[in-house]
Amino acid sequence: MSLFDRPATASVLYDVPGPKARARYRLFGILSLLGVAGLLWYVIATLADNGQFDADLWDPFQYNAVQQMIVDGLLSTLKAFGLAAALSLTLGALLATGQLSDHRPVRWTCTAVVQFFRAMPLLILIVALYYAFFAKDPMWALVLGLTLYNGSVQAEIIRSGVNAVARGQGEAAYALGMRKSQVMSSILVPQAVRSMLPSMIGQLVVTLKDTSLGYIITYNELLFMGKKIASQPLNAAGFPYIPVVLVIGPIYIALCLLLTALARWIEARGRRGANRRTSAAA
Amino acid sequence: MRTSRTLAVALCAVALTATAACGKDGSPGGSAASSASNAPALPTYTVKTDVKVDSPVIAEAKKRGQLIIGAKADQPFLGWEDVASGDRSGFDIEIAKMIAADLGFTPQQIKWQTLVSSQREPAIAKGQIDFYVGTYSINDERKKTVSFAGPYYIAGQDLLVKNDNTSITGPESVSGKNVCTATGSTSIKNIQQYNPKITQFDTYSACVEKLLSGEVDAVTTDDAILKGYASKYAGKLKVVGKPFTKENYGVGLNKDDKTLRDAISDALKAHEDNGDWKKAYDATLGLSGSAAPAVPTLERY
Amino acid sequence: MGFLFEQDNFALFRDGFLQTIELSALSALLALLLGTLLAAFRVSPVPILRAFGTTWVTLFRNTPLTLLFFAVTFGLPPLGVHFSHLVFAVLALGGYTASFVCEVIRSGINTVPLGQAEAARSLGMSFGQTLTLVVLPQATRTVLAPMSSVFIALPRNSAIAGAFSVPELYSAQQTFSERGYSIFAIFFWVACAYLLISATIATLFRFLETRLAVAR
Repeated sequence: MSLFDRPATASVLYDVPGPKARARYRLFGILSLLGVAGLLWYVIATLADNGQFDADLWDPFQYNAVQQMIVDGLLSTLKAFGLAAALSLTLGALLATGQLSDHRPVRWTCTAVVQFFRAMPLLILIVALYYAFFAKDPMWALVLGLTLYNGSVQAEIIRSGVNAVARGQGEAAYALGMRKSQVMSSILVPQAVRSMLPSMIGQLVVTLKDTSLGYIITYNELLFMGKKIASQPLNAAGFPYIPVVLVIGPIYIALCLLLTALARWIEARGRRGANRRTSAAA
Repeated sequence: MRTSRTLAVALCAVALTATAACGKDGSPGGSAASSASNAPALPTYTVKTDVKVDSPVIAEAKKRGQLIIGAKADQPFLGWEDVASGDRSGFDIEIAKMIAADLGFTPQQIKWQTLVSSQREPAIAKGQIDFYVGTYSINDERKKTVSFAGPYYIAGQDLLVKNDNTSITGPESVSGKNVCTATGSTSIKNIQQYNPKITQFDTYSACVEKLLSGEVDAVTTDDAILKGYASKYAGKLKVVGKPFTKENYGVGLNKDDKTLRDAISDALKAHEDNGDWKKAYDATLGLSGSAAPAVPTLERY
Repeated sequence: MGFLFEQDNFALFRDGFLQTIELSALSALLALLLGTLLAAFRVSPVPILRAFGTTWVTLFRNTPLTLLFFAVTFGLPPLGVHFSHLVFAVLALGGYTASFVCEVIRSGINTVPLGQAEAARSLGMSFGQTLTLVVLPQATRTVLAPMSSVFIALPRNSAIAGAFSVPELYSAQQTFSERGYSIFAIFFWVACAYLLISATIATLFRFLETRLAVAR
């Protein structure tokens, strides 16, 4: 029962609970635990009644060919993600440079591009690219779509990161006689990177998740394979949509959590290097 | 950063291949179109050598040593792919193999590409596939973007309902009912005039799942497709049996490639005349219980 | 470009546009309510509620939206939950966006000066009162900017519903390309529609920002 007894001290929103409050929290805790457990039990029981856990429905997953499909799908997902990540970071850096340019036409063009692709649904962008240019090679429609959209978002992240560096830093550098490119590359960007990294990696998580849209344009990624397994059942027990979601979902979640863990690790390292005061958590 | 991601990827791959090491090969007996022991055998086709078809698509295919054929993968007895073995089977698949043989390609030289209904036109027009065989109804609107060889089969739109459903007896009785069909199919337009509530997914299998779970009252499309599902889920689903349209199935190919169209028409004609068509029908669609219809007359243009 | 005014194309486009707006508005409402509730869970003194909030956010933020749509569309009916496909889409999109809203609000709560909550508590306010009367109203201001990106992303994400039997703009696009119109012309009109929606939301948030900034 340690979960209920642990005193809640970490927050400024409430006092350290006294004996009465602790009893009340424990009651709340037990009630909500019962509620959640009840709901979970209902879901599992109904699904079981429905035959969703019958061996027949899970049958596909024991075949080599099906397991190979999932591995291939995973690799295709990672391949598209790798390409899109590299390209979108490059495009983001270019667009951000453009947006921070002193030349008005360059600045306006880049801002327009960024705003346009940030507003377009990725799905529509990918499908349009597929129909118009890449019907032979759906992977590039997916990668290019992801690049255009995520590159625009990365550009915004970089731009606001650079703008968030204290103004005096840039002014001091100019006063020392540095040129704009020097100010950017040796003063502003190095300082901005530290604060930008978490959001940039957060956006990479979004990129990873969005590779799943490839299924709509016949790119053989993980979700495409999952859908294939679900819609071509081996026996007459029904379509294994729920088993497929239960298998594919955790794979995506694990991949995203790995990326997020990476983000957190980098953030922690950055904080250590900067000698920053640790802020009080609420 | 680089190393830890590579490590993560490697770990995932290892975890998956490790589980993969204890899997089964092959596919379970009695899957959709593989059949009982006394079932009619599939015909085999003699692969022609020395084929001269002056078509850019075929020239390209010869060069790559592979013919890329688009097909459906989730329609029992028509276009089916067994996920456990990777084998394709069904009437459309047989038709595609016949044509491939006459164009000089062995079944091993065929690369199948699964495409759902709404993806067919762009894939053909842009050359993602060489041609498409998969319950593709010939109509004038589609002839604007692709061309057709055939028809090689005539189907009619019908309704698939649950076995105990007595209220849906034909298209007139679907008004206000929830009817499911596939995006990008001709079936939508045909059923719309009867005022049902329409649900759309990209595949018919999603519709059948929705019918089995009671979300929709009926699935509508060509009877050939529906019969396959009805016999796969015998005892749960039935076909109403009142076709209300005529759908001419054709082989879809590049709009301007008349040479290829003629070659495919010749191939169809030859196999219809030598009895392969009938044998293929008996070994696939015939298993769903309906006798072979008359061979349709080819329309050449 | 002129194809939009042929046949019944304009009606189809208009219906798709309205459906996109309806879907986005309903999902936004669900996301806002659920997201605030989850944020309250995540800062609450009851450990189980905190764990529930954290689990929800972890699950929904890290699952592709398309997979969530699959889970809702094909997973709920076997549980005896039968709704129209619009409601399914609202559940998937709303539940997904709620996890983002929750994180934005939570980080907003963290920016409210410590003294505010301490003062509220020393006046004898309970956790609920501290949160709803003192902390959240102040957090609203700081969360507006990140919140606007979440809600601009929402109509964009709603396009996925088109593949799950909701007749919105994406499915109108599909129908148009089946009718054989040029993909560039179709893309032009659909792009205009989405730009209009996102510009409207951006303007709305900018208006809110100026309104609330005065109060500070």
